[in-house]
Amino acid sequence: MEHYLSLLVQAVFIENMALAFFLGMCTFIAISKKIEAAIGLGIAVVVVLTITVPVNNLIYNYVLREGALEWAGMPETDLSFLGLITYIGVIAAIVQIMEMVLDKYIPALYAALGVFLPLITVNCAILGAALFMVERDYDFGESVVFGFGAGLGWALAIVALAGIREKLKYSDVPAGLRGLGITFITVGLMSLGFMSFSGISL
Amino acid sequence: MATTSAKQVLFEPIFSNNPIALQILGICSALAVTSSLSVTIVMCISVIAVTAFSNLAVSLIRSQIPGSIRIIVQMTIIASLVIVVDQLLKAYAYEISKQLSVFVGLIITNCIVMGRAEGFAMQNGPWLSFLDGVGNGLGYSVLLLFVGFWRELFGSGSLFGFTVLSPVNEGGWYVTNGLLLLPPSAFFIIGLSIWALRTWKPEQVEEADYKLSAHKVREAF
Repeated sequence: MEHYLSLLVQAVFIENMALAFFLGMCTFIAISKKIEAAIGLGIAVVVVLTITVPVNNLIYNYVLREGALEWAGMPETDLSFLGLITYIGVIAAIVQIMEMVLDKYIPALYAALGVFLPLITVNCAILGAALFMVERDYDFGESVVFGFGAGLGWALAIVALAGIREKLKYSDVPAGLRGLGITFITVGLMSLGFMSFSGISL
Repeated sequence: MATTSAKQVLFEPIFSNNPIALQILGICSALAVTSSLSVTIVMCISVIAVTAFSNLAVSLIRSQIPGSIRIIVQMTIIASLVIVVDQLLKAYAYEISKQLSVFVGLIITNCIVMGRAEGFAMQNGPWLSFLDGVGNGLGYSVLLLFVGFWRELFGSGSLFGFTVLSPVNEGGWYVTNGLLLLPPSAFFIIGLSIWALRTWKPEQVEEADYKLSAHKVREAF
């Protein structure tokens, strides 16, 4: 239990997807002008990450990994080079399925997430989490916790940035720095703040 | 777009229409690889290759792709190219591919590649698309190398691993600035370089959301 808790803290704060690994930056900068939009996107990312990372973990461990096909009588096959294309396919498929399921059963959430759901397929944070999961060799339980934590950390970061930017638009920024420039510097300062979490372990 | 010359297509994205500074594309996988120049260069070459060839491939089959599934088709092309790059790096530059870790794979979701395939290659011929891919890749590389240059120079006092400013802990005089090796510095450098670029080319400056009215001081009676 403690192991999972420490993994969660690590995924949310210390190795924050957006602020420590720069993942999902495009969407992070583009959709952080309004708090409501940021919250919608944040929730969508948490949900998608919590589902896709474990699914990719299963696929990696039972199909792609070297020797993983032993159950099918092919112990010598190594399909790990197909990893990238498989993960992105799985992510795209799951996002599509989620869209249809939400549309049918939870229309309110579907309307709230709106255009953000399809956008998530090309969010690097999702694919990045899948690749980190493979690189660090997480087992199934760990991958569930890691997926959820990574999503939560990303959501936290984008909501915080949107809050700052909503205030920032009233301020007098030098012309050349307006918009994108000042946003980068804000994110840099936030990233500096998040670094103070490093060293925390449970 | 019939009059666009090849030269324009190639050089426009480098400064006037830089994918990172202006189009906010492809920052995702970019920043984490800039703490040392040799890693940065490998990343740049990979991105240029993937953008150019995916543009070329998409453009060659653009009239055969059904509109409704074009994203999937583009994604498959890009993913296959990235797998090729990844395997090549693992075979010939194993150390660097270890340092790049997941970021080679993340070229797939790099918005530059996808954005150019969708925005340019779907409408233009193979040769122009190829050049557009190279140009955008170069625009990305210029900014990345700029960031990498300052980070490595001031962060560890070296360039490409060769010592330029001899650091204190090896008996030299330069006190290394550890902040520049940490993630936040990349954001600061990019922010400041956008500032510099926009001061040089003022037409890229964004409109302010709110105009501040001039502060009028009323004289005391």
